[in-house]
Amino acid sequence: MLEAAPTPSAGDKIRCDACPVLCYIRDGQTGACDRYANDGGKLTRVDPHVLLNRTLSQGGTVVPFAAGKEWDGKILHGPEMFVTAIGAGTTYPDYKPAPFIVSAEVDGVDMVTVVTEGIFSYCGAKVKIDTDRHLGRECATVRRKGEAVGHVTTAEYGSQVLAVGGVSHLTGGSKHEGRVTCETMLHLCNGEPVELAIDDGATVVVQAGQAPIVNGGREERMRVGCGSATIGIFARQWFGKIDDVVVVDDHITGVLSEHQAGKFLGVKETGIKIKGRRSTPGRYFKVAEPGTGWGGTNVSDPLSIIGPFDKARAWPGLRLLMVSTTGEHFGYFELDEALQPVERELPATLSESVARIKENCEPSLSSVLFMAGAGGSLRAGVTENPVRLTRSVKDSFTCVTSGGAPVYVWPGGGITFMVDVTRMPEASFGYVPTPAIVAPIEFTLRLSDYAALGGHMNEVRPAARLIDDEHREIAPRSNNPWPFMMPGWRARR
Amino acid sequence: MRRPSVTLLADGHRLHLHDGPIDLVIAAYGTDDAIRAAYDAAVRRFTGLLDELVEELPLLRTRAREGGPSLSGAVARRMQAAVVPFADACFISPMAAVAGAVADEVLGAMHGAAPLARAYVNNGGDIALHLQRGESFDLGLVDRPDQPSLFARARIAAHDPSRGIATSGWRGRSFSLGIADAVTVLAASAVQADAAATIIANAVDLPDHPAIARAPASSIKPDNDLGDIPVTRGVGPLTPREVARAIEHGLAFSRTLRERGLIHAAAIHLKGETRVLVADAVDARPAGPRAIGTEFALVDGAAEARQ
Repeated sequence: MLEAAPTPSAGDKIRCDACPVLCYIRDGQTGACDRYANDGGKLTRVDPHVLLNRTLSQGGTVVPFAAGKEWDGKILHGPEMFVTAIGAGTTYPDYKPAPFIVSAEVDGVDMVTVVTEGIFSYCGAKVKIDTDRHLGRECATVRRKGEAVGHVTTAEYGSQVLAVGGVSHLTGGSKHEGRVTCETMLHLCNGEPVELAIDDGATVVVQAGQAPIVNGGREERMRVGCGSATIGIFARQWFGKIDDVVVVDDHITGVLSEHQAGKFLGVKETGIKIKGRRSTPGRYFKVAEPGTGWGGTNVSDPLSIIGPFDKARAWPGLRLLMVSTTGEHFGYFELDEALQPVERELPATLSESVARIKENCEPSLSSVLFMAGAGGSLRAGVTENPVRLTRSVKDSFTCVTSGGAPVYVWPGGGITFMVDVTRMPEASFGYVPTPAIVAPIEFTLRLSDYAALGGHMNEVRPAARLIDDEHREIAPRSNNPWPFMMPGWRARR
Repeated sequence: MRRPSVTLLADGHRLHLHDGPIDLVIAAYGTDDAIRAAYDAAVRRFTGLLDELVEELPLLRTRAREGGPSLSGAVARRMQAAVVPFADACFISPMAAVAGAVADEVLGAMHGAAPLARAYVNNGGDIALHLQRGESFDLGLVDRPDQPSLFARARIAAHDPSRGIATSGWRGRSFSLGIADAVTVLAASAVQADAAATIIANAVDLPDHPAIARAPASSIKPDNDLGDIPVTRGVGPLTPREVARAIEHGLAFSRTLRERGLIHAAAIHLKGETRVLVADAVDARPAGPRAIGTEFALVDGAAEARQ
């Protein structure tokens, strides 16, 4: 909510100067516009949420159900068609509903109010970027066109994760910040490439389902595992072909001769000395700073992370392989008489194992999950008793989909869901100038269950009758379960 | 000059204009050039319109009377002209018709600027229509303004006299003295429909009924035109006879307005009961097969839908 300084007040009234009408507003009331309210003596702009919500609660029309020509009460009836919410439309910003509905688009009735596309102020995109490269510190601000649109959140295995969007950027900052945030989410969720700059970090181009581009370089592969895990995976393949291996990794750098996997095989000590903090034998944290070099570190010369070899243990001719967790960087060294490593060409017997590291790295992708909460009032568009819808979803009587794609519904209160945008039809997302994101959401359930939870029964019409309307037919995505046959969904007994 | 907010809605066709408390949703149908010219004209007319109104706001909030002080703005004069016919019988200020007047004014600017097959300006539910010969609009009626679902449909064709639609009720954005959930009126213009809907909604009432909560308008919105007049804040359970009686009040009043030529048709909705005063030219019929469980009958020249 946007707040302004209280203006000169008379008693419990304040005077709103948002427009020339200059309403006096009592505490707890709104002005003539219903957009500005007196919230405990503070002039508060309420329309991004309140009016929006009212619009949704006002929209009595529900998700149309796909039924055959003769509805027999079963949801599994000839499911040739599932109607998604995309383009269903809402009336926002004509938040006071048109009592006569005038337009020519749906069912011969003009200007129809259909609320199955939700308007979400509380929503965001979680962007998982498969790379070990350091993109930015946790909590660092993510920017687009100079505006803060999100932040770096907790990294996951082999991936960096950005949280983009959210209500505080959409409506809590400047107008421009809100607009840019909305546009960024819209593009991300509609599968378009978006360039994001992270404070004190990288610039990355992300596009759902495509390889990320970090600082102009296209990411090819995810690491096979951390340095220690890579040692564990490949120790047996290296044994006997090499004296020591260092797998350089931003998280845990592994050393074969010290690592338990090497000890188990009987790999001899080599007197190697790794800079960085030793965790357990053969495992080192912080061998360098995070960066976009070897294994997500800022290392470009691998020898910079090792100190002089222990003269008592090392020997001239000692063979050392240094490799990154993706196999993209590697170097082969032999110690000279002074126990100094000298780079040599990688022997064929070892290039195979480097190739195998690469082969075991999955392609790097950016993935985008849209996450949003269906608030009380959106639910009211579905039933007169919103909490029953929540319970029905939690009890799996009601299947929630977004553009026909399966969603994960969070436990706990409300209907907060996440959906993989690549499983949704093209251009599923829209926006309103509030700004907020418009996303499809469908609730599928038996007609009898729908009646039981207080549904707007007189709005139900067979899907066959929608055929005459302007619509776009799309083939279902083969990796999506058919909404009427969603796993876990059950009919009420 | 302050600029209003001008955007196209997500459908890429409808125009949304917003300034202060006014939101207009506008659509024009015709050639691309005509639509563009009409939308330009709408924006031009809308710019500064709120300031014109504010300039005369004290007078606009004052009880209207025949031969009262004359107003200077075009929209203000439309408002005044629309409420004066009711001014003898009850308290009404020009503000009762502000939404319809703005809709009419902007629509006028649009079809004055370009030839349009049809167009509408929807000012928060008060709608001005333009129809070229042979064109029509299909309308859906909703029962509660705060929770619309279609309960009836109608068609207004170019040969019908109505060019304005308005709805009033205590659940709506403006205050009502009555208890109707919604009164929807067809009239020659949006401003006339707006004024009449307000006054009919006030007439749908059960004075002194204990189940009806009322509060002085000024206790809620201090600078409202209604001042200390009690407005409806809640309607408790009513018996079917009471509902019928309240609706009949409104219906009887509507008939007098129709006889005076001030309205063409009215629909009154209260507690799930609907009575429709049908204009000859208007084809009011139930929402059809999709209104499951709705009985529909023609009673005494009025259509009655029971849910």
